[in-house]
Amino acid sequence: MQDCGSGQVIAEFGLAALWLAAALAVLQLIAGGVALSRRGDALGAVVRPVAIVQGVLALAAFAALVAVFISTDLSVKLVAANSHSAKPLLYKIAGAWGNHEGSMLLWVTIMGLAGGFVAAVERRLPERTMMATLAGQAFVSIGFYVFLLFASNPFTRLAEPAAEGQGLNPLLQDPGLAFHPPTLYVGYVGLSIAFSFAIGALITREVSPAFARAMRPWVLGAWIFLTLGITAGSYWAYYELGWGGWWFWDPVENASLMPWLAATALLHSCGVLAARNALRAWTLMLGVVAFSMSMIGTFLVRSGILTSVHAFAVDPRRGTFILVLLAIYIGGALMLFALRAGSISEGERFAVTSRESGLVFNNVMLSGTLGIVLIGTLYPLLAEAMGMKVSVGPPYFNPFTALFVVPMLLVLMVGPLLRWRLDNFGRVRSGLIIPALILVLSIGIAIVMAPGKMLSIIGLALAPALAFASLLPLRGRRLSRVKLPLWGMVLAHFGVAVSLFGMACDSAFTVEKLVAVRPGEAVRVGPWQVTMKSITPIAGPNWTALEGDLQASYNGTAPSLLRPQSRSFWTPPQQTNESALLTRWNGQLYTVLGDEAADGRWQLRLWWKPFVTMIWLGGVLIALGGLLAMLGHVASDVRRVIARSKIAFRRERQGR
Amino acid sequence: MSAMKAKHQRLILVLISMAALIGAGLLAIWGLRGNASYFYVPADIAANPPAADRAVRLGGMVEAGSLKTAPDGVTIHFVVGDGKARVPVIYRNIVPDLFKEGSGVVAEGKLGHDGTFVADNLLAKHDEKYVPREMKDMTEDQACKTVEAVK
Amino acid sequence: MSAAPKIPERAAIRTSRWALWLPLALFAGFIVLVLIGLLRPASHDVASQFVGKPLPEFSLRAAADNRPGLARANMIGGKPRLLNVFASWCAPCAAEAPQLAQLAAAGVEIDGVAIRDHKPELAAFLARYGNPYTRIGADDVSAVQMAIGSSGAPETFIIDAQGVIRYQHIGEIRTEHVPMLLARLQEAGK
Repeated sequence: MQDCGSGQVIAEFGLAALWLAAALAVLQLIAGGVALSRRGDALGAVVRPVAIVQGVLALAAFAALVAVFISTDLSVKLVAANSHSAKPLLYKIAGAWGNHEGSMLLWVTIMGLAGGFVAAVERRLPERTMMATLAGQAFVSIGFYVFLLFASNPFTRLAEPAAEGQGLNPLLQDPGLAFHPPTLYVGYVGLSIAFSFAIGALITREVSPAFARAMRPWVLGAWIFLTLGITAGSYWAYYELGWGGWWFWDPVENASLMPWLAATALLHSCGVLAARNALRAWTLMLGVVAFSMSMIGTFLVRSGILTSVHAFAVDPRRGTFILVLLAIYIGGALMLFALRAGSISEGERFAVTSRESGLVFNNVMLSGTLGIVLIGTLYPLLAEAMGMKVSVGPPYFNPFTALFVVPMLLVLMVGPLLRWRLDNFGRVRSGLIIPALILVLSIGIAIVMAPGKMLSIIGLALAPALAFASLLPLRGRRLSRVKLPLWGMVLAHFGVAVSLFGMACDSAFTVEKLVAVRPGEAVRVGPWQVTMKSITPIAGPNWTALEGDLQASYNGTAPSLLRPQSRSFWTPPQQTNESALLTRWNGQLYTVLGDEAADGRWQLRLWWKPFVTMIWLGGVLIALGGLLAMLGHVASDVRRVIARSKIAFRRERQGR
Repeated sequence: MSAMKAKHQRLILVLISMAALIGAGLLAIWGLRGNASYFYVPADIAANPPAADRAVRLGGMVEAGSLKTAPDGVTIHFVVGDGKARVPVIYRNIVPDLFKEGSGVVAEGKLGHDGTFVADNLLAKHDEKYVPREMKDMTEDQACKTVEAVK
Repeated sequence: MSAAPKIPERAAIRTSRWALWLPLALFAGFIVLVLIGLLRPASHDVASQFVGKPLPEFSLRAAADNRPGLARANMIGGKPRLLNVFASWCAPCAAEAPQLAQLAAAGVEIDGVAIRDHKPELAAFLARYGNPYTRIGADDVSAVQMAIGSSGAPETFIIDAQGVIRYQHIGEIRTEHVPMLLARLQEAGK
């Protein structure tokens, strides 16, 4: 109880910082709004510093929460409910954002920091648009501050400090998972910048290639984090759940996929706006939609309306609160769009055969996919309103998203080869002969190897052709002179092909075995011979486990050891199956230990999954491509700014 | 041709994107009617059984004393009841640890021609995993998995 | 192609204008849908088939040293009462303890059924979170729980003076549920 005093101060300090940050957000909104009017130029100078300080204060509040979790101050309700003094330090820290209140604080922190960062470095936009953008960012932040302070205060104290924390769900005790939510959050909230930019542009009606160039790095940055977050989340679900699957079309997964789809579309339409000053209103709408999807996804998960009443009891107050925020922000932004977009002049025109058309196709198909996922995710809600209980899973999502994704990937082979504005298909035809041949050939091979599995065949056929076609934009160029954004595009598109190949191989060639074996017995799964050597009990810091010693030998080669576990945690009591994986260049052996069957046999579930790792490798390549593109764009922007200031400097000197 | 296109390019783009989005919406609704899996309790199955090849979810209580493991060690048989009707279920997999006789369960699968429900997946209901609002120490991701487990 | 009817310029603009409102309209639809979802009493559970039926015959031994066991006969007569299905291993049962205490303080008689529990752990649980129960029966095989159609813990039933189940509350009792339960108890007493 001695450290109670210092803990006291930290929590109160955090709360104070949070209140101050909220107050500054209000100031930022007012000052930004006034700066937009004629007379308000004096106040305009305040906006940027205020945005920066607001970000710093939000960070301080978050740091305070982390500190309270590290010291396990059990007089704070959130700590008592979510932490435990016996927990490893890493998970104490992760516990700070592993709950509703903490994750909302993380949300406003990232939002504040992003806004502050924009205020600090963004000099390319007209100042008026900038003011409108920062005011918009503050407007959105305020709602979340109010939500935090009044409906989910993370620093609330207990009247009586708890004797011990309620522990952390053991499923969360995983380093991958500890850092997965923050990654996704950076992505979600990073899109708020695009949202604010779009609002700023709608208010001032200044939509230009310069605007797109200013917005693009922010979109790219958020998109990279989203891509990584989704990839990591998928891999986490794959190895942690022990079900052998890597994507379950769960509402929570969909909640991360939807902003990604919108952000991907935005990224591409941003490219059109930056290069050709076309798709102006459309880009603004995507800017609004992308962050709206982040908020809707978070809302659907947080409010619990899509999940079971027992897992996340619907809290009508909290749910309604977020819903009101959504209605104000998304409804307001869309209303602004409807009122203003009509007066935004039409962009440059382009012919049917042109790079723009390809990107329009990409955007339409991505939006279609988004529609399919969104409707599928909301359908259980709709059905429930009509008195039916349904769940929607892969039988719907897989074929219906493919209807949009497959044509998009086909066009993806051609699009990057086309010139802007007007092109002649005959010019690129010769380059497409090889991909077409690969496509036909691999369709044949796929039909033979995976007969009857329609989606797998399509994937297996598309992937190699797409991989080849994605490299074609480099043809005829001197590689040393290829600019970074082009490298980025090639790499990202190649990553799509790699990932697709992994998905198709997993669904076409996975071999699964479910058996009950005695120690000493061997099982054959695909090319593997797996022998159960023994079962041993072991103990961890807050769990005990039964561990199976498996010997696996690939086609008779030297055996490797795998140790799947069946773990029992005691705070709270819960059991998890820790799978054990063996990775080769051409796939993974996946093993799960089940229960003891009646007669001394143990249940074993084994999979041989050829090339399954390509799924996540592709995801990483896509993110890496995004990173290259972002670096390239930022570098060229910086160069442009330096050149401009040099010219200005020279002019100034000559003028004197 | 191209002149007219140019003049109405914006309109054409709007129409194309709207057509695609509305198409997606209609397609989605059509697809969902055929592919969403409905929730049944045993009484529903008795009154109005779903088509044999249709994926559905069956929710109810695992009847005490009905759980049997087949000689292969991995196939289990049990009966799900709701006080009005009973449905035999067969499941070949590692059972979730919360799955016990006398506890609630949701089985995902199909009703076989012989009236036995063939489950592909079992979701044991709450008990230890049941986390209330005050203590839900989960992130979305974790929630996703738990939801998978308790839905 | 030149003979193709020209689309009047104004119609084009009108269509575009109309399309601009489409996103907002779709979003409004979403809000309505979600509102319906939020406002509905959201119970996705297998509701008890036993509401409106009399309690089955049962008799449970005492689960704790300082409270008697529970049988059907104990629950008949007098005022309507609550039957709370709980367990010491169930985290949400701890969360509802203050609300149960509040109900007990309001003069409601609460009987407990401890599911698959052990005496020492249960004693510790009651010592830590309070003991609002008049009687606690030990249901080691979930027999009573099953017989009254409860599929998990905690669940709370309202039993009227005739021993008929009048209401089933699934999940923990939160602060906002207390007035509702009191109202239902009163109604059951009429």
